[in-house]
Amino acid sequence: MNIEQIFSDIEKQDPEVYNRVDTRRDSMREFARIGGKIALTALPLALGGIFKKAYGQTPDTVTHVLNFALVLEHLESQFYNTGVSTPGLIKDASALQGYKIIQQHEKEHVDFLSATITALGGIPQKSPVFDFTAGGTFPTVFSDYETFLAVSQTFEDTGVRAYKGQAPNLKMNDTVLTAALQIHSVEARHASYVRSLRSSYYNDEKIRPWITGASTAGIGSSVAGNYAGEDNTVQLGINIVGIDGFNISVEDASEAFDEPLTTAQVLALIQPFIVS
Amino acid sequence: MKQPHVSSSENEDQVQSPTLHRRKFLSNLGLTAVAITGLTACTKSETSNALNTGSVSDSLKTGTYNDIDILNYAYLLEQLEAAFYIMVVGNFYSGGSSWEKTRLAQIRDHEISHREFFKTALGSSALPDMQFDFSSINFSDRMSVLGASKSFEDTGVSAYNGIAYAIKSSDYLTAAGKIVSVEARHAAYIRDLIDPLSFADSTIVDSNGLDVANKPYNVVQTISPYLKVMPDLKSFPYTI
Repeated sequence: MNIEQIFSDIEKQDPEVYNRVDTRRDSMREFARIGGKIALTALPLALGGIFKKAYGQTPDTVTHVLNFALVLEHLESQFYNTGVSTPGLIKDASALQGYKIIQQHEKEHVDFLSATITALGGIPQKSPVFDFTAGGTFPTVFSDYETFLAVSQTFEDTGVRAYKGQAPNLKMNDTVLTAALQIHSVEARHASYVRSLRSSYYNDEKIRPWITGASTAGIGSSVAGNYAGEDNTVQLGINIVGIDGFNISVEDASEAFDEPLTTAQVLALIQPFIVS
Repeated sequence: MKQPHVSSSENEDQVQSPTLHRRKFLSNLGLTAVAITGLTACTKSETSNALNTGSVSDSLKTGTYNDIDILNYAYLLEQLEAAFYIMVVGNFYSGGSSWEKTRLAQIRDHEISHREFFKTALGSSALPDMQFDFSSINFSDRMSVLGASKSFEDTGVSAYNGIAYAIKSSDYLTAAGKIVSVEARHAAYIRDLIDPLSFADSTIVDSNGLDVANKPYNVVQTISPYLKVMPDLKSFPYTI
């Protein structure tokens, strides 16, 4: 996080912000003082303190969006916690290491979002109880590596779509929007990695780091909804297939653009994994 | 509003020349970075086309962007990436697997798709076709190519992450989001070709699990060695 940028963002929204929180110099000094003593992960809390001091509150919409994202991060975080700690599930040493990297990021996202929601005056959504078999759809999710890979890929690709869909809902807060997009691209890196793992495992070039059409990459109809709409090849009314005479196939055109999901679509997709 | 100090000769260059040479461009970057310091908000023009209206003064003083500026910034990055991968695929290095070549060709097609998308969306406001200098890259050397690829992809991700907040249109914001995640997929793939398990390492993901978001100024500095001629100063939202 860039403190100077955060101040600039606030200043743009409210030129009189420094009258509300003493002076800019005092605010910066306060940050410098705090920043020297607290871990980076506590920064959202300090930031939120300034917001609350200045405005008493922040718009509900932002914390609602962040709580929505937090549920997804709880889902992913707990999924990987169980996955990497289940003996014999991820036998390949390199893959296990890769999943530990992803596990760590998802935990960081949970912590970051929770701290930011609290800082903004909201209450972080407690983690639901999850059923990673999705009511029996994936009964071997933690005993069969292929199923684990499939659910992992689906969670990552769906996470990318979910964050993308929320971006316009965060436009009122530049700092939060930027942070959400910084999570979004990390989820995309995870998705690429997991898809590459599956590609190698199955020795199948058609399972690519990017999403081809609305293909589930061999997972099947159980996750078709997670990929519905990814076959879009028209962007803002512009047909990407064969654009400007270039040899851009339908596959290329769909792969080149990831597609968003709405809140309702995402909730419907993760509902089977939520017990309570 | 106060005018930032710009000498008349520089003004003439900006008005008369569609392009600026690198040294001039970078010196103007320094100038404008100073010039906007301490300036407060001015009314911004929602409708100005920075390429045609000579609105550089307003743009620099406010430190704000219009969507055309931002789309052209993205268009520049996509032109760079597409030109690079066209070179790569047109003269493949030896030593890569057949899958690797297949996927680099796919990445090329994605980048061409992005480039032409922006070109079409921008229409008459689009930057001209840019010329690039890839002489520092040895296209017959796998690691030289992949190293450049990694840099371009990571830089692209950081550029979209760093500018998206300034996009006014929700449609354009979503379009940028659709592209940046594909760039991140590319980046992760290329990174693991170079160094397994570096797909999201600590050089690009911080302790909050956040990817890099770079300001245009930093992005332009990173890519400037590859630009033969800098694009029109007026068209770039690089000042903050």
